[in-house]
Amino acid sequence: MRRNVLPGLRLSLGVTLFYVGLIVVLPIAALVFKAASLGPEDYWRIVSSARALASYRVTVLAALGATLFNLFFGLALAWVLVRYRFPGWRLVDAMVDLPFALPTAVAGISLTALFTANGWFGSILADFGIKVAYTPLGIMIAMCFTSLPFIVRTVQPVLEDLDPALEEAAQSLGGSDFAIFRKVILPLLTPALLAGVSLSFARCLGEFGAIIFIAGNQPMSTEITALLIFIRLEEYDYPAAAAIASVLLITALVMLALTNWMQSRALRYTVRS
Amino acid sequence: MSATRTGRKPPRVGDAPVFRRLLIGIVLVFVALLILAPLVIIGVEAFSKGWAVYRDTILHPDTQHAIMLTVLAALIAVPVNTAFGVAAAWAITKFDFRGRRFLLVVIEIPFSVSPIVAGVAYLFVYGLQGIFGPTLDAWDIKILFAIPGIILASMFVTAPFVARELIPLMQAQGRDLEEAATSLGASGWRTFLSVTLPNIKWALLYGVVLCNARVMGEFGAVSVVSGNIRGQTNTLPLHIELLYHDYQAAGAFASASILALIAVFTIIAKVALERQGAGRVRASDPSAANPAEKAL
Repeated sequence: MRRNVLPGLRLSLGVTLFYVGLIVVLPIAALVFKAASLGPEDYWRIVSSARALASYRVTVLAALGATLFNLFFGLALAWVLVRYRFPGWRLVDAMVDLPFALPTAVAGISLTALFTANGWFGSILADFGIKVAYTPLGIMIAMCFTSLPFIVRTVQPVLEDLDPALEEAAQSLGGSDFAIFRKVILPLLTPALLAGVSLSFARCLGEFGAIIFIAGNQPMSTEITALLIFIRLEEYDYPAAAAIASVLLITALVMLALTNWMQSRALRYTVRS
Repeated sequence: MSATRTGRKPPRVGDAPVFRRLLIGIVLVFVALLILAPLVIIGVEAFSKGWAVYRDTILHPDTQHAIMLTVLAALIAVPVNTAFGVAAAWAITKFDFRGRRFLLVVIEIPFSVSPIVAGVAYLFVYGLQGIFGPTLDAWDIKILFAIPGIILASMFVTAPFVARELIPLMQAQGRDLEEAATSLGASGWRTFLSVTLPNIKWALLYGVVLCNARVMGEFGAVSVVSGNIRGQTNTLPLHIELLYHDYQAAGAFASASILALIAVFTIIAKVALERQGAGRVRASDPSAANPAEKAL
């Protein structure tokens, strides 16, 4: 053990613990306390009510759909940005961050404007009998937008660092491009893809601002869980809000733990390369 | 890094011209539809009723107040979170103590928790039905449904932003320089200002820029704790919602155009800072993300 000569441990750690305690831990503890004070029976009745269950269903299904779409589109986008050079690639690369930089409420109203029945995209899709705005499909599109950068930005650096020698070796052994992609490149990208998927999925589950404008917000069909919490608050039903919020909180913490575990697992194999 | 020996690059996987053009084409179409179109339509809708309506919306006292409040929230939340981020990064990267990894995970919590959950959580701390609610009420201190609540909720949502940029970088840079400075007699602050800060300034600025964008755009958490009082506790994103639900779409998009402009500037600043090397060392960088191995 090396002796540490640097000053400032007490000050910096003190400030950190105080701030994390006051800003992060205290509110979360208060929420957990409030939800726990309900008692198991009431808690279960609230979180398993038909309306709550319907909200989990639409939230999770839309999040799965959005994450699946982003898995393919995000991978393709990362691939194009790393492997190919074309006019304007820098611009496209910068634009990938737009969903992070654009406030969710702004994204919400602009996606709604695009996809309503008389919007640019909505009017075209309406000819094919597809309705996006105010349906679960709209929720999915809003989620696709807000979570897109996660998969691109986790895969991109790994793709950049990929050793060309691996591909050359596979090529010299006569592998087709598709076989090399599937058997050599994809396995190397898998940890990053999984990390991106879990980040993206977690973000979809918690998303609020972008969705409420484009979703119809009809109970039992297009009402996401985050909105149900908000509605319970507006009805001054604080115990119900606390209980349903605790479900989202626990899901988020599980996803966070999962992501951390997957990243440390992934690093076990990449650190030595 | 290799493959330049022969002067001619060997064809790599996916370099067949047909495949390449097809994939670029498909990706560009989706980028245009999913990312570019939402940005373009903000401008189109904002000016759909003409320049006069746009100007009137922006100059309306409610919009002006919302802008002021948004700027105020950023002016307080961003510096506080920056100070916290620097302190957290210093403690976590320059010292070994038990629970360091756990602390790292706790700092990341706001990043994965839904903003609505964050808002509700603050309600149960400072609201009337919360822990401090009755006491605050007795002393007549208003935190919720007032400006302090908006700032606190913004701080929660953006707490990890600066720390997240600094920690991997300072981890990768190690402690040698600071130890040398200290052993030569420099004070802690002097060491930080003249040794550490020059090495992290771009990453720090990068975190600040991202933090600022998020504070100004935060919607979910703020909408729970603000009370949405027009002209009093409405930030710009809340003002947009209000106008939108008032069937003033052009007004909503006019207000949204300000935030969209900030988003575009944020991205430009981000690209410029990345040219300086910021944002390179990330959690995805193995050597940086594994503090235990690097520190020993």
